[in-house]
Amino acid sequence: MKFTRTGRHLNLNEGLIFERSSPGRTGYDLPRLDVPAVDLGAALGADNLREPIPGFPEVSEVDVVRHFTRLASWNYSIDAGMYPLGSCTMKYNPRLNERVAGMKGLAESHPLSPESLVQGSLEVLRLLADCLAEISGMDAVSLQPPAGASGELTGILMIRACLSSRGNPRRIVLIPDSAHGTNPASAVIAGYEVQSLKSDSRGCIDLNGLERAMNDEVAALMLTNPNTLGIFEQDIVSIARIVHDRGGLVYMDGANLNALMGITRPGSFGVDVLHINLHKTFSTPHGGGGPGAGPVAVKQVLEPFLPVPTVERREDRSYFLNWDRPDSIGKVKAFYGNFLTLVRALAYILANGAEGLREASQVAILNANYIKHHLRDVYDLPYDEPILHEVVFSSRRQTRNNLTVMDLAKRLMDYGFHPPTVAFPLIVQGALMIEPSETESRQELDQFIHAMRCIAEEADTDPDLLKQAPHSTRVSRLDEVQAARRPVLRWKPDEADEQDS
Amino acid sequence: MKLPEDCRYSKQHEWIRVEGDGGTVGITDHAQKELGDVVFVELPEIGHVFAADEVLANVESVKAVSEVYAPVAGEVVAVNSNLGSSPELVNEDPYGEAWFVRIRLVDSSDLDNLLTADQYRKYVEEEESTG
Repeated sequence: MKFTRTGRHLNLNEGLIFERSSPGRTGYDLPRLDVPAVDLGAALGADNLREPIPGFPEVSEVDVVRHFTRLASWNYSIDAGMYPLGSCTMKYNPRLNERVAGMKGLAESHPLSPESLVQGSLEVLRLLADCLAEISGMDAVSLQPPAGASGELTGILMIRACLSSRGNPRRIVLIPDSAHGTNPASAVIAGYEVQSLKSDSRGCIDLNGLERAMNDEVAALMLTNPNTLGIFEQDIVSIARIVHDRGGLVYMDGANLNALMGITRPGSFGVDVLHINLHKTFSTPHGGGGPGAGPVAVKQVLEPFLPVPTVERREDRSYFLNWDRPDSIGKVKAFYGNFLTLVRALAYILANGAEGLREASQVAILNANYIKHHLRDVYDLPYDEPILHEVVFSSRRQTRNNLTVMDLAKRLMDYGFHPPTVAFPLIVQGALMIEPSETESRQELDQFIHAMRCIAEEADTDPDLLKQAPHSTRVSRLDEVQAARRPVLRWKPDEADEQDS
Repeated sequence: MKLPEDCRYSKQHEWIRVEGDGGTVGITDHAQKELGDVVFVELPEIGHVFAADEVLANVESVKAVSEVYAPVAGEVVAVNSNLGSSPELVNEDPYGEAWFVRIRLVDSSDLDNLLTADQYRKYVEEEESTG
């Protein structure tokens, strides 16, 4: 097999759009005025006129197109190569999703249209909710939350509403020390105190620790399954029983649902509420390009508290938005969520079908285990347990030469890969958290494994090479510390002049 | 690992240097190394009263945001406003210029729950070998 170094990023230099400006240049050409000119202030009211914006760029259409095309060429995306960012499930977003979301009837559907004119859009929402309920084994779904963390907050607010209706919202939410940082944040915003649960030597929840922590002040346990080490919580049924026996509820972070589709269902192992990241498991656009979607799925016990409106069906089989839900926690997002993102997720689910989704999870698990198998002799595995869709190595063997995990990550860019998640989960020293997803072929995985093995060797033989990395990217190592300590958030023409001189 | 003998240490990696009924609090050299480059420090207000182990401050590094806990109960009598403009002090001089707050102790017997420099060194070494 021949290994190629793919890391030569497109290298088109580009300044700021302000620097392209030339006085009088425009991107439009208006016909000569054929009516008498009027005084704008008199016609519109002086208050409605603004002064010219100083330094506003004057550019042509092609200037603008080239500017943004060049900037776009600096981007790294799943369309450019493997993006093994652990716990983020950066899977390929099929073009079919875009085609479906671009269909006129869906793309131009207006949120204020009368229900009778948008029955198709309502059916899309209802069908997606039903599919997600089926996949997760839950009873009902709200599609409103626009992101995972928003889904978390929605879920915890529903738990609070449910426990309040029983007479006491309780005070504490238990969260394992391997959790995503958003979990404690969501619990605190919903008015709870967070109590951390220490993981056991397998990286899982310690049943005895949970027994001790669980009392009638605890509202919920928030856990991720498989957890952030990629390990399935095998005691999940006992865990849920301990929480339920003392009147608490179980929240599951669905970030890692890509490991479970068609294999097991959170609703079958004791979960009362979970959020589902459509931009992870269901292949909708991710991150800043979003917008995201973090639907929440609940068991019957929480159903009365779902956000309004829900999409329901009348006896004559027509769909309607049900606002008449007196116990609802209210709205959590304008209208019905990010509709066209929801359309993409439904397109993905229907294109794959039940068997296809199961196969996606199986291949995602196989890929992670393939990487684990081929790197375990060079990188330490602090929790050597059977894994599902991601593998977490420790870089402690490589970082003995005064290197940090960041140096390894930067060096990976030279090999043409996006770095994995590093320094998380916090319970692993110098964590390298790798999630290939089902997207990658064996050839691509072999390239990645080769790159990681080369880097491990370089860490021994040429640590300076890593310290200075990346070498083949457009710009060399950025000063991330300075950018955080003294961020420059705005370009100002007068300061730019100062810097030039 | 630098560990001044005149400080007491908590298992959550804070130090306190006691003078009379007051004490100066900061985070340990080990803590700053684990955090990496510190980029922001959020301090409490003067007059705030903390129970032991309550969250006293937040430290943001390039890696993570971490909570700093009150090693003992006390009332905040001064905060180090220099950390606002120069968070790098936490990395450069954790036991000196990068003190976080001065507190008036509520109960000096709280100090008995803290570790000496030797005990803390052993604690960190054990934590590292199992971690």
